[in-house]
Amino acid sequence: MKYIGKFDPQKDEVVRVMDKDGKIINPKLAPSISDEELIKAYSIMNLSRRQDDYQNKMQRQGRLLSFLSSTGQEACEVAYTMVIDPKNDFFVSGYRNNAAWLTMGQTVRNIMLYWAGNEAGAKAPEGVNSLPPNIIIGSQYSQATGIAFAEKYQGKKGVAVTTTGDGGMSEGETYEAMNFAKLHELPVVFVCENNKWAISTPTVEQTKSLNIAVKAIATGMPSIKVDGNDFLASYAVAKEAVEFARSGNGPVLIEFDTYRLGAHSSSDAPDVYRPKGEFEDRVPYEPLIRLKAYMIAKGIWSEEKQTALNEEQDKHIAAEFAWVEQNKNYPIEDIFNYQYAELTEDLKDQLAEAKEFFAKYPETKDGGHH
Amino acid sequence: MAVINNIKAVTEALDVAMDRDKNVIVFGEDVGLEGGVFRATQGLQQKYGIERSFNAPISEAMFAGVGLGMAMNGMKPVVELQFQGLGLPALQNVIANISRMRNRSRGKWTAPMVIRMPMGGGIRALEHHSEALEAIFAHIPGIKTVMPSTPYDTKGLLLAAIESPDPVIVLEPTKLYRAFKQEVPDGYYTVPIGEGYKIQEGNDLTIVTYGAQTVDCMKAVEMIKSTHPTASIELIDLRSIQPWDKKMVIESVKKTGRLLVVSEAVRSFGVPAEIIATVNENCFDSLKAPLARCTGYDVVIPYDRGEGFHQVNPQKVVEAIKKVLDYKF
Ligand SMILES: Cc1ncc(C[n+]2csc(CCOP(=O)(O)OP(=O)(O)O)c2C)c(N)n1
Repeated sequence: MKYIGKFDPQKDEVVRVMDKDGKIINPKLAPSISDEELIKAYSIMNLSRRQDDYQNKMQRQGRLLSFLSSTGQEACEVAYTMVIDPKNDFFVSGYRNNAAWLTMGQTVRNIMLYWAGNEAGAKAPEGVNSLPPNIIIGSQYSQATGIAFAEKYQGKKGVAVTTTGDGGMSEGETYEAMNFAKLHELPVVFVCENNKWAISTPTVEQTKSLNIAVKAIATGMPSIKVDGNDFLASYAVAKEAVEFARSGNGPVLIEFDTYRLGAHSSSDAPDVYRPKGEFEDRVPYEPLIRLKAYMIAKGIWSEEKQTALNEEQDKHIAAEFAWVEQNKNYPIEDIFNYQYAELTEDLKDQLAEAKEFFAKYPETKDGGHH
Repeated sequence: MAVINNIKAVTEALDVAMDRDKNVIVFGEDVGLEGGVFRATQGLQQKYGIERSFNAPISEAMFAGVGLGMAMNGMKPVVELQFQGLGLPALQNVIANISRMRNRSRGKWTAPMVIRMPMGGGIRALEHHSEALEAIFAHIPGIKTVMPSTPYDTKGLLLAAIESPDPVIVLEPTKLYRAFKQEVPDGYYTVPIGEGYKIQEGNDLTIVTYGAQTVDCMKAVEMIKSTHPTASIELIDLRSIQPWDKKMVIESVKKTGRLLVVSEAVRSFGVPAEIIATVNENCFDSLKAPLARCTGYDVVIPYDRGEGFHQVNPQKVVEAIKKVLDYKF
């Protein structure tokens, strides 16, 4: 073990491989990762960032619902999902996980469809064990624990990875789930993306504990704090943690030290509560700048490649959104059909009643909005 | 008198209550500096200090339990839940502890606390942000549940809730927070819990509603004039869900002989069912048509794209009114 147990959360030790300019400062801690994989990781981070930007614009035009961006947190999200197998492992997400969803194999189209208010977007493609966005904070920790229990019980080899924020760690359920997972030595990796804010409430108003990682100590499970804006460090630790859990050693908690560069959601204005200068101080540490500088220095990336990638991704994003705008609505049956395995007699009557009404007054479909 | 909207009415009520009694405090997620996601508590921290208006860590079960402890020990906590659907972790304490404290301690300890929460659909929100779960609260003995629809009632009912010796759940329809303004008296006044408000008198049909559907019903009552120009409709805004104004509703239906209850909540086992059962027990001899309800369907509240299918709208109310008025034995 190179990281878990070697970095003491009670001393607030942090795994870091590169500095803010992408220079390797801890070569011994660097993971082995191929150039190909690096480029792939960076491409997804870039795609997620550009999708966030695009969605923000569309939200402001009223064409998407309020959504939660991963801007600033892409490195750890890509890292902890890249190290699992989307088909046999599970990702039990929160609501701010764009980069992680993309890494798991969720499509830009589905994610946009979801933020356009259509449940169809919440359905992961075939072979992608990525659960729908979990809005109720904390409950994803128990669900992941249950999934991991079933993996172990049924003799399967899968690992569950789940994530919440620093605020989410205040929900009792996160502790309860970690406690159970450790008692049963379950293959689950608990992630906290500590982005310093829970809407307008800073981490220091959530907890007096030294960091989030120490919250695992009472359960008996190991935990570790990582520079979550350092892709190499995040990847290295996530990979070790997943292998650790998969090999029957029980759960791990990883705190990724990161920063929310965007607003909480597209309907929030952080300037009201964020101390002056904080955002500006954090920008130089953001993950895309760092990984890009590293890759350029390594000779595997260039400004030309960046421009080409941006163009290709922007085209893809715009095309997918155009499709979403064409296909975002659904027929009335869709609100009834997934309620039970079979429509109950009562629901059949209600559906008939609804169909008759909306056939007569189709324009009132939007009547819910005054 | 100031002309204000519903959200401002909440702020004013809290301001007045905090000014009168230093045991009144407010807390919840983001409640402090920012004033909550809807800004209901904006300015209170600046005015009354961080001890009386503060952010709490995200843990609704704790809010409710801590609130109960404070209330048992002489304080008047007003707890804010960010959204009804997100406040479900608090429900355990509401049902298992808050509602029962007076009863199980044989009156030695009580829970004079308030839990406020935005609720209801029509604001294009994400999952769990549009539920209408008033029936769940109303079903629990030991708590009171109110749902104002106007700025006047919002301020007066919240002040009554704070004054109440019993725990009160205040449900605030998000759709109405900034929908319209109204003249509201300055300073302290209360709207008694349990009293309905008759928006208009009528002789042919009683419509009972509450919350955001009050607006839908007012529109429907206008719209029905085109096909039923002589229909005379009595419209009641319940304001309090439990206890509710049985007397007003029963008297009204005895006069009109017809009843329609309107609520955006899912249909089965809801507040309309309770009202209809009560009217059936008390007004059977006066009835001229089956008692009716206009509600959402029994499905998970759809995301925005399908929400309009589920929401009550004025035309749905109009259709329901026609059915009752045109009914022939
Ligand atoms: C149980 C529950 N309570 C409240 C909310 C409302 N809410 C949405 S996001 C949020 C802040 C979460 O902060 P954090 O866990 O730090 O994650 P971040 O959004 O910063 O990624 C809150 C309180 C919720 N979604 N679920």
